[in-house]
Amino acid sequence: MEKVVLLGDEAVALAAIQAGLTAAYSYPGTPASEIMEYLIRNSDNGRKYLAKWCVNEKVACEEALGVSFAGKRAMVSFKHVGLNVAADPFINSAITGANGGLVVVVADDPGMHSSQDEQDSRYYADFARILCLEPANHQEAYDMTREAFDLSERFGIPVMIRLVTRLAHSRSSVQPREPRGQNQGWKYGSWQDWTLLPSNARRRFKILLDKQKDLREYSENCPYNQLHLNQSGSRLGVVVSGIGYNYFREVSDLLPYPTSYLKVSVYPFPENKMRQLIDRVDEILVIEEGYPFIEKFMRGVVGLPGKIIRGKMDGSLPPTGELTPDLVAKALGLTGKTGLKVGDFKLAGRPPQLCAGCPHADTFKALNEALIDFPAANVFSDIGCYTLGALPPYNAVKTCVCMGASVSMAKGGAEAGIYPSVAVIGDSTFAHSGITPLLDAVFSDTDMTVIILDNGTVAMTGAQPSFGTGEPLDRLIVGLGVDQNHFKVIVPLPKNHKDNVKIIREELAHHGLSVIIARRECIQIVGEKKRS
Amino acid sequence: MKYDIILAGVGGQGILSIAFVIDNAALEENLFFKQAEVHGMSQRGGAVQSHLRLADTIIYSDLIPLGEADMILSVEPLETLRYFEYLKPRGAVVSSSTPYINIPDYPDLEGIFKEIRKAPVQVLVDSEKLAREAGSVRAQNMVMLGAASVFLPLKEESLKKYIQVLFERRGTQVIQTNLKAFELGRQNALSGR
Repeated sequence: MEKVVLLGDEAVALAAIQAGLTAAYSYPGTPASEIMEYLIRNSDNGRKYLAKWCVNEKVACEEALGVSFAGKRAMVSFKHVGLNVAADPFINSAITGANGGLVVVVADDPGMHSSQDEQDSRYYADFARILCLEPANHQEAYDMTREAFDLSERFGIPVMIRLVTRLAHSRSSVQPREPRGQNQGWKYGSWQDWTLLPSNARRRFKILLDKQKDLREYSENCPYNQLHLNQSGSRLGVVVSGIGYNYFREVSDLLPYPTSYLKVSVYPFPENKMRQLIDRVDEILVIEEGYPFIEKFMRGVVGLPGKIIRGKMDGSLPPTGELTPDLVAKALGLTGKTGLKVGDFKLAGRPPQLCAGCPHADTFKALNEALIDFPAANVFSDIGCYTLGALPPYNAVKTCVCMGASVSMAKGGAEAGIYPSVAVIGDSTFAHSGITPLLDAVFSDTDMTVIILDNGTVAMTGAQPSFGTGEPLDRLIVGLGVDQNHFKVIVPLPKNHKDNVKIIREELAHHGLSVIIARRECIQIVGEKKRS
Repeated sequence: MKYDIILAGVGGQGILSIAFVIDNAALEENLFFKQAEVHGMSQRGGAVQSHLRLADTIIYSDLIPLGEADMILSVEPLETLRYFEYLKPRGAVVSSSTPYINIPDYPDLEGIFKEIRKAPVQVLVDSEKLAREAGSVRAQNMVMLGAASVFLPLKEESLKKYIQVLFERRGTQVIQTNLKAFELGRQNALSGR
């Protein structure tokens, strides 16, 4: 087979296809979106396998679990915070176990390029007590994903693939292997295993714990976990994982002596190999992207008497943000090069901003004007392009926490006495996690105003389909029980500004629940349609 | 052989299209390559960059260390300056001179040029003018790729082949416009050397 040029995300997707994937599910989120984009593009409209965007990550994870139950191979993919949303089915899928291979791909975002935190998904794999594979490069992303499906069926557990932004969004060539067909004729999972009544769950949890020995043994002997011991005199040993391996190898030839190192790619990590390394050296440097996961285990409570452990916890490497080859070189005692300097010239920053002609901009202008009469108001917001409304020139929103939190926080805020309490949320974010808190607000007829910015797409992540847009969204709002007298639809355009301000002001003044949909198509979509 | 490139521009200017052409040309010529890029929110009119590494042996890091880039290839002059610290002492700067002004505090353009000219090797290209001449102001990225092609360790025909692949779906007219943009950029750099 010929080599192909792929993003790290796409290498995972291609591997899943060639591992006999039956169905894949996801919700868009940087840096994981390109996995599903690739799967959809190559699915021949679902004739080869099914690849679907879902309403949220929890739903995606449960749908994948249903496929596994049926004896087929399934993959679910999302960004790190998406796993928070899917945590319930994820953790319990380790208890039910997998029938058909179940692979959970999580793309972490160290440095928070497009995220609210930089949580490390390896903790989730450890928490669920399942295997986690962490590729360092594109070929490994392909190979490990192929293997993950086999491992899932061999051990009867879901298997996590952990990516980070720099691999997910890096492109390189990949050598694919012969594809495997889909599972055929497998039995469904048994009800005793999959019905987590306490009596079954206790038995299943014990089975999961009993499997840990097998998982550790696999990790110990797995060729992805590589121990390189050098006979020479160096007293420094290095533990590297994931993309940290790349930065180490980038500069390791510059070290004045050959250095022993352990490359960790499979968790639970290989304890014996780690002990072998520790026995050989006096000082250990741990280079891992994300939290100091391995380092923390190594240090334990009492540390390693007579050994020095360095990493993110002692400041050898920064505890936050992404690693770089320069940071790793410095931690290894190498002096990096420096490039040209731009004298005293002041480089103006260029932060992301709403596009020219963006409908959100018109909504924010109208909202800001309507709020002039209400100095004690607060606008809670959410995850999407419109979070940029927090920045100048709008300065329109005051919170952004997690998917759907605008509606629930506005309710809590209203109940704490904030008036007017406003939620601003996009259509897809509303479908993802805004419906349930709105139902809550309907039930209490909370004195708050929810503004749904309906641009018909998941704009920030590259225009994936939205599940709650247009006329069906209107029916959904009414169906939830929102008073039709306080449900308004506006079109955010400069020519409608005056009318829109008036409508928003009236609903802010109303003491009870109001919902306003600001509906106009994303300007990027309009542009795409014109070009094609 | 090792050749490291910082690609720079503003979200929407098509630096990932430049990367697509170089990546595939590199594969065609049996080179190793790695190219780290930016997606998501940063693409909304913000500064974007991509680290593109070519070599005839295995490449480990997806990111270029400071002071090791052989070239800064930028579709926007202010963005060129943002990555100067990545450039080798003898590295080349191939930069558009056409500003993309979407911020209130955009610095004085002559000041930017003055800084760029401090680089030992630099090619400043009026990409907007050449792209218009080629038939579309959107083809500035291909003008810049053409200008960079003078330095790149890749054959001109490999690059042109993947410009055709890139624009295949947009029809002959668009392909021709972009090939012409490439050619005008290349000639501009050659004549300026």
